[in-house]
Amino acid sequence: MTRRLRRLPGYLFLGFAALASVFPLYYMAVSATNTSQDVLASRLIPGSNLMANFESLVTQQPLWSSVWHSTVIAVSTTVLAVVITSIAGYGFEVYHTRAKDRLMGFLLLAVMIPFAATMIPLFRLFADLGMVNSPLAVILPAISTPFLILLFRQASRSFPREIIEAARLDGLKELAIFARIYLPTMRPTFAAAAVITFMTAWNNFLWPKVILISNEYQTLPILLSNIRAGYVTDYGMLMLAVLIASLPAMVIFLILQRSFAEGITGAIK
Amino acid sequence: MPAEVGATPSTSPGKTSRRRSRPPSTSTGLERRRSLTGWTFLIPASLVILLMSFWPMIQAAILSLQTGRGRDLSFADPLWLNYQRMLDDEILKQTLTTTFIYLIIQVPIMLGMALILANLLNDPNLRFKGLWRTAIFLPSAVGLVSYALVFRTMFATDGLVNDIGMALGFLDSPVNWLGQTWSARMVIILGLLWRWTGYNMIFYLAGLQTIERSTLEAAKIDGAGPAKTFWYVTIPQLKPMILLTAIMSTNGTLQLFDESYNLTNGGPGNTSMTISHYLYNVSFRNSPNFGYAAAISYVILILVAILAAAQIKIGDTRD
Repeated sequence: MTRRLRRLPGYLFLGFAALASVFPLYYMAVSATNTSQDVLASRLIPGSNLMANFESLVTQQPLWSSVWHSTVIAVSTTVLAVVITSIAGYGFEVYHTRAKDRLMGFLLLAVMIPFAATMIPLFRLFADLGMVNSPLAVILPAISTPFLILLFRQASRSFPREIIEAARLDGLKELAIFARIYLPTMRPTFAAAAVITFMTAWNNFLWPKVILISNEYQTLPILLSNIRAGYVTDYGMLMLAVLIASLPAMVIFLILQRSFAEGITGAIK
Repeated sequence: MPAEVGATPSTSPGKTSRRRSRPPSTSTGLERRRSLTGWTFLIPASLVILLMSFWPMIQAAILSLQTGRGRDLSFADPLWLNYQRMLDDEILKQTLTTTFIYLIIQVPIMLGMALILANLLNDPNLRFKGLWRTAIFLPSAVGLVSYALVFRTMFATDGLVNDIGMALGFLDSPVNWLGQTWSARMVIILGLLWRWTGYNMIFYLAGLQTIERSTLEAAKIDGAGPAKTFWYVTIPQLKPMILLTAIMSTNGTLQLFDESYNLTNGGPGNTSMTISHYLYNVSFRNSPNFGYAAAISYVILILVAILAAAQIKIGDTRD
């Protein structure tokens, strides 16, 4: 009994933290079904205004084009990032030489470069290339991070060398070994990298806001921010827009929580 | 949901870089050709980092010595003019101070709570472990703009927090949370705690997996209570992880933008504005001044480097 009692503060703290973590999301979801007045009157039960909020959202805001742009950008970023960083991580580990190790060490320094310090020259670079408002300008800076390369390099370390040697004896080309043997065995690492890259790209705000000047090309976070900046805020509609913007990342999280955790902590082990 | 976070088999900590002995490389023709293949594998990703991070960083350094409006730039006279100008920039000092207030208040509270939560979740006898972890980790999946707007709505003058506060008798009249300097800053800090505590907890949980349970058992046998065990046995073993999260959080706080822009819009009177938000305004609002903005961005870069170096130094000497 006393042992149980001693655990009580721990459970209370966990319960408080869990409740505080979930409540704002519950509030967001419930408010998406209520009118603006009901949201401000702190109605905490689902209402019947969901369709009306949706109606105002699609008539007043370019919802579908934002969903489309966000999807194209996040999916392309994820595919390109996973392809080029996985093969790079593999290359750094499997064919390591002193020069490659030095290059990796140098690339790692990029983790410490704040985005703020590269934002203006990047903007000028893409402006010179005539790529303002181009999705490609959003995608390119995000497709390679030292973090992802490191994640795949660490994973390659646990990949048995004997398999590579055996495949070589069987006459497989180096690229085929990577694509046909390494890739299928390292699926969890690929999932982790994909989840973390998709979420970051899906939620990214500052750089898309800088380079996508025209509202025609806006992504979902920019749409949200523009609703906020309007004169009168329709809170029901705003919370529905927030819900729509958050849903894909949250669904992925709930299904692939483990991959996500692996994605953020993986490279450091 | 079977989500055993960070439970993957991984190499044990402590051993640095080279964890696996490699066959000595003989420089036969075959070896050299393979090494060349390796280069072609890693060149695309490396080039992107060089062109999208290092090259712009150098460009920003040059830009910070230039002056002019828009694209019409020339070298300043004296060269350090932009840096000199910062000394008289009241908004810059204001936003820098605000950013440090966020850093000093939020990061220690967040990391402390994350440590306690991770330690509680690491208890093998805990019930509903997956449920607690999923709930506390969930905010990490929410976009920064999204949560900033949810918090903005909750803390509106006629919003939820005031309604609850008045119903429970904590408040006599509605508070204009986002319209006053300190309450606006507090709302941003609360938002940051909500969004990032679970995220950092995951790092500590991953770190706790690598701690030998026998060291905790030994402490218990020696008569140490849970608090003492936590402080003298767990924390020292988690030190590398604490250092890492502290550096990441400091780095992130110095670059705070989405919350400042969307939650409070920097207000009232720029007093909740972060330095990155100010940098954005100087760069892309009104008449853009890229030279001066680049100089401000270098202040952020230098602060990130100095604080990271300082934390590594402190982390190294406290043995």
